[in-house]
Amino acid sequence: MQKANEIETKLKNGEKCGEFAGIPIGIKDNICTKGVKTTCSSKMLENFVSPYNATVMEKVNSENLINLGKLNMDEFAMGASTEYSSFKKTSNPWNLNKVPGGSSGGSAAAVAAGMVPWALGSDTGGSIRQPASFCGVVGLKPTYGLVSRYGLVAFASSLDQIGPITKDVEDVAILLNIIAGHDEKDSTSVNVDKKDYTKCLKNDVKGLKIGVPKEFFGEGINNEVKDNLMQAIEKYKEMGACVEEISLDIANYSLATYYIIACAEASSNLGRFDGIRYGYRTNNYENLKDIYRNSRSEGFGAEVKRRIILGTYVLSSGYYDAYYKKAQKVRTLVKKEFEKAFEKYDILITPTAPTVAFDIGSRSNNPLEMYLADICTVSVNIAGVPAISVPCGVDSQGMPIGMQIIGKHFDEETILNAAYTFEQKVKFREKYKPQFNK
Amino acid sequence: MEVSREEILHIAKLANLVLKEDEIDEYIVNLQDILNFANIVNDAPVEDLELSNGGLENYNVFRKDEIKEFNDKEALLSNAPEKEDNMFKIPKVI
Repeated sequence: MQKANEIETKLKNGEKCGEFAGIPIGIKDNICTKGVKTTCSSKMLENFVSPYNATVMEKVNSENLINLGKLNMDEFAMGASTEYSSFKKTSNPWNLNKVPGGSSGGSAAAVAAGMVPWALGSDTGGSIRQPASFCGVVGLKPTYGLVSRYGLVAFASSLDQIGPITKDVEDVAILLNIIAGHDEKDSTSVNVDKKDYTKCLKNDVKGLKIGVPKEFFGEGINNEVKDNLMQAIEKYKEMGACVEEISLDIANYSLATYYIIACAEASSNLGRFDGIRYGYRTNNYENLKDIYRNSRSEGFGAEVKRRIILGTYVLSSGYYDAYYKKAQKVRTLVKKEFEKAFEKYDILITPTAPTVAFDIGSRSNNPLEMYLADICTVSVNIAGVPAISVPCGVDSQGMPIGMQIIGKHFDEETILNAAYTFEQKVKFREKYKPQFNK
Repeated sequence: MEVSREEILHIAKLANLVLKEDEIDEYIVNLQDILNFANIVNDAPVEDLELSNGGLENYNVFRKDEIKEFNDKEALLSNAPEKEDNMFKIPKVI
C-alpha cells in the first residue's frame, strides 16, 4: 500500500513513473526479494531474508510495479503440483479439489484467480508452462540466457529460466520486455539486442510453417487433450498456416535425461545448505559434521531428499558413465533433433501437459507418475529453446487444456505472434472462467 | 536395476544426509523405479555424439577482476543461525 501511495503521489505531481507504474505483480518464492522472505517453500529457508534483489526484481522495481507478495511453489521448485510445498497447499481456481500444477503453482493460480494480473515463475522442466496450462492462463519459458538468473535460487542451473505468467499473450510480451536483457552478474546471460516483444503481435499467421510432432500425441496423452489440440491445429489451418505432421522421437529420452541432469545439478547446487551461514540449523549436534547432516536431513522435505539422492547416485563413481555422461549425449541428440525440425518449420505445436489438472493427493505418493506430468515440456529446457503455453479449450469437466508452442533459440517473437493470433481467434477468456467450485 | 541398502546408505553419506529407517526403504523402491525408467537413455542412438552441458553453445565469459564491496553486513549476518561479532559461529573443529 505504501508503494501504491508513493506512486499515486508521484503521478499527481506529474512525475514520470514509467508506463506500467502501479501494476501489481506476484513473485514466485524462489526469486530473491531484498528485505522480504524468500523461502523456496522449504523449512530450510523458512526465515531467510535475502540481503539483495534478484536482477528481475531490480527491473520490476525500476518500472514501479508493486510486489503484492511471494507465491507458493513446490519445495525448491521440485514438483508438478505445488503439493510438495512445506507450508501450504494451493488449489486450482477452476476446481478447488484439483492441483494448480507446479512448480510455479502459486503464480498460475494467483493469476487465474484474478489476485494479480502478472506473476513471475521459474521453469526448469515445465514449471511455468504446466501450471499455466492447468490454470487456464498464459506462461512463457524464454530462451535460456534471455532473462538473468541472478538471484533465482538455483535448482538445475543449465535448465532454469525465469519467465512471465499472465492472463493473456500481450501481457506476457510486456512483462518479457521488462525482465529480459543481458546481466553481467549471470555468466550464462546472453548479450542479444533488446527487442520490443509487443511489436511482433500481428494477429496474422498466414504462411507460418507449423510442425506437429506425432510422438507428443501418442500413448499417455489424454484423449480429450488430444482432440482439443487437433481442433486448435485446425484453427491454424483455417487462418492460413501450413501444418504438417512430423516425427520428433525424443519425449521419453528427454524425460529420463531431464531427471538425470536436473537431479545431478540439484545435488550439487543444494550442497550449499549446511546450517552455517543461512537457513535451518538443527538443535541436535555435537560437532560440525552433525550440523551439516542433521540440518540438511531435518530441513529438506522428502522430494528434495529423493532428488539429492538420485543426483548423487548418477554422479557417483561406477554410475557416472552409465547415466550422467549418457544423458549429456542424449542432450546433444535432443538439440540436434530440434535443429533439424526448425530447418523446415517456424514453430512446433504439442500439448503442454498429457492431462488436465489432477486431483489433490492423487499422485503425491508416486514420484515416477508425478514426473510423467513433465513429459511434453522437459525437452524444451534440455535444448534451451523458448516455449509458451496458451489455453486452447476445456475438457468435459470444464478444466482448462493448454497448447505448447515451441520456437527457435531467441525467436520469442514468432511463438508470441502465433499464440496471440490463436488467442484472438478463439477468445478463451471470454468463453471460460474459473468457478472456484469444489 | 537393484539398489542395495548399503548403496543407499553410502549415497546418503556422500550427500550429507541421515536417512530414517522408513526413508531408506522408500528411497530404495523410488530409486529403483526411477533408474529403471532412466535406463531408456541407454537405448538412445548417441554413439557418435559429443557431450552437452547446456542448450546453447558454451563459451567462457570473463569480467574484470575488481573487488566490489557488499556493505550491508548486517543483512548478510542476520540470516546466520549463530554468530559472534562479524563472524559465523560453528562448533570447535580442532
